[in-house]
Amino acid sequence: MIEISHLTKKFDQFVAVDDLSFSVREGEVLGFLGPNGAGKSTTMKVITGFLAPSAGTVTIDGHDISSAALEAKRLIGYLPEGAPSYGDMTTLDFLRFIAEVRGFRGVDIDRRVDQVINEVALESVRDQSIETLSKGFKRRVGLAQAIMHDPKVLILDEPTDGLDPNQKHHVRALIKSLATDKIVIISTHILEEVTAVCSRAVIIANGKVVADGTPSELESRSRFHHAIRVTLTDSHDLVADLKAVRGVASVEVAEDNRLAYTIFAEGGASIFSQVSEIAQQKHWPISEFHVERGQLEDVFSSVTQQSKGLTNG
Amino acid sequence: MGNLGIIFKRELNGYFATPLAYVFIVIFLITNGIFTFDLGGFFLRGQADLLPFFGFHPWLYLFMVPAIAMTLWADERKTGTIELLLTLPVRLVDAVLGKFLAAWVLTSIALALTFPIWVTVNYLGDPDNGVIVAAYLGSWFMAGGFLAIGSCMSACTKNSVIAFILTVAICFLFVIMGSPILLNSFPPWIPQWLVDAFSAMGFLTHFDSIAKGVLDIRDFLFFSVFIGAWLLASAIVIEMKKAN
Repeated sequence: MIEISHLTKKFDQFVAVDDLSFSVREGEVLGFLGPNGAGKSTTMKVITGFLAPSAGTVTIDGHDISSAALEAKRLIGYLPEGAPSYGDMTTLDFLRFIAEVRGFRGVDIDRRVDQVINEVALESVRDQSIETLSKGFKRRVGLAQAIMHDPKVLILDEPTDGLDPNQKHHVRALIKSLATDKIVIISTHILEEVTAVCSRAVIIANGKVVADGTPSELESRSRFHHAIRVTLTDSHDLVADLKAVRGVASVEVAEDNRLAYTIFAEGGASIFSQVSEIAQQKHWPISEFHVERGQLEDVFSSVTQQSKGLTNG
Repeated sequence: MGNLGIIFKRELNGYFATPLAYVFIVIFLITNGIFTFDLGGFFLRGQADLLPFFGFHPWLYLFMVPAIAMTLWADERKTGTIELLLTLPVRLVDAVLGKFLAAWVLTSIALALTFPIWVTVNYLGDPDNGVIVAAYLGSWFMAGGFLAIGSCMSACTKNSVIAFILTVAICFLFVIMGSPILLNSFPPWIPQWLVDAFSAMGFLTHFDSIAKGVLDIRDFLFFSVFIGAWLLASAIVIEMKKAN
């Protein structure tokens, strides 16, 4: 379990992380979200023991990252932002180096390195020097390094940044397969990733937590939650039909398509049955009809901008 | 093997994975040859010793050693690998020492490869080999002193060229501190103990006596403490500056 309690990190006068507290349990995949400069990377650097906190504590399974740094670091696998690695080494040499530092000895080194190379599909570049690799391969070398010792805690700073869709899919599948008994913290600004892999999302802005919950909980805070999207084949006065319907808050027409409507629900309640009933009664010329789960993007921008308003005002 | 050894091995292999180590060794040997035979008048002196050879070492190290030391930490910071290295279960002291020792071993290899000149002087005459061994040891320790300064300067910046220039400047200061030219230029009102203290910090003061065969434990102690102090300073600088 990771416990972050009243964590503050200041750089001179600038407060990057401001009295942050949350904890992460085994089995959770935590998506760590926030606009650029919100303090995501700084928080991760403190959790992994690279930077010392200005105030507050971080404990990994009871080991304080400041006072029992080595014990805590042994439990953590970390992919820093940009996946840095020693460019002049080959993939194999680099991973062997990491394996040795992680405490593997003798034949175990080769066995484990082979396993990891398999897991993240690096066979083809095994003997190539890292500086000659493509961005996707470099990122995978970084991942391989992070999972080398089968760590209990995996902290990944933008693990899919710069990967193509196939590679992203691969990395997400990998993270999911790892996650059952581990703690995984992923920072990202790709919101679909959160819905795809995370069991919990924490959104921070200006160094403070502004939202914390499962992805579906957060989605339900969106004004799009239970909203219905309807696309018509022919023009029809939808708005007039819906006036009498209970639970409908408002109707919006899409900017790029005059036949596409979004029907918002009052207070996020389900309005599917009412709307589908009226649609049948009034013979709407429907080509598409679906219920929104809510948009994380919408929640993201509303909570992060709210917080900006608060600090600026 | 502890983490110090693992880091040491990686660093040393790193030098030989690129042409860097070979270029360094070759240039070191060629420059050494030019200094000894042309400028030092090795043959013309007609004496069976290696004074002209060792006499130029401080000046040779002044430019060669910073070239090795400049990348030690500057590159780690520039490429971000410092974040990787320092979040591994590695103590900072192991990282600092491992890197320093790897660089020191590289200079030792270069120094050891000057052995033909020892063979030559033994072939031509009958030198005092004890003095020569002492001088080699002194030269080796002095290289360590230069490297330790370089390690600290390299930790100060992300730019290895700046690290190089800083290291050369500071090493130059320590080389000339003990030189008579500088010491004689002090005005007479400066107390003698201050002049002595100043001179005692100079590399030449210690190296010259070792090179002449005076094996004083205090000279080696000076270099050891000097190396330790600069490495400690490196660790402090790394700790302070890793955030940016």
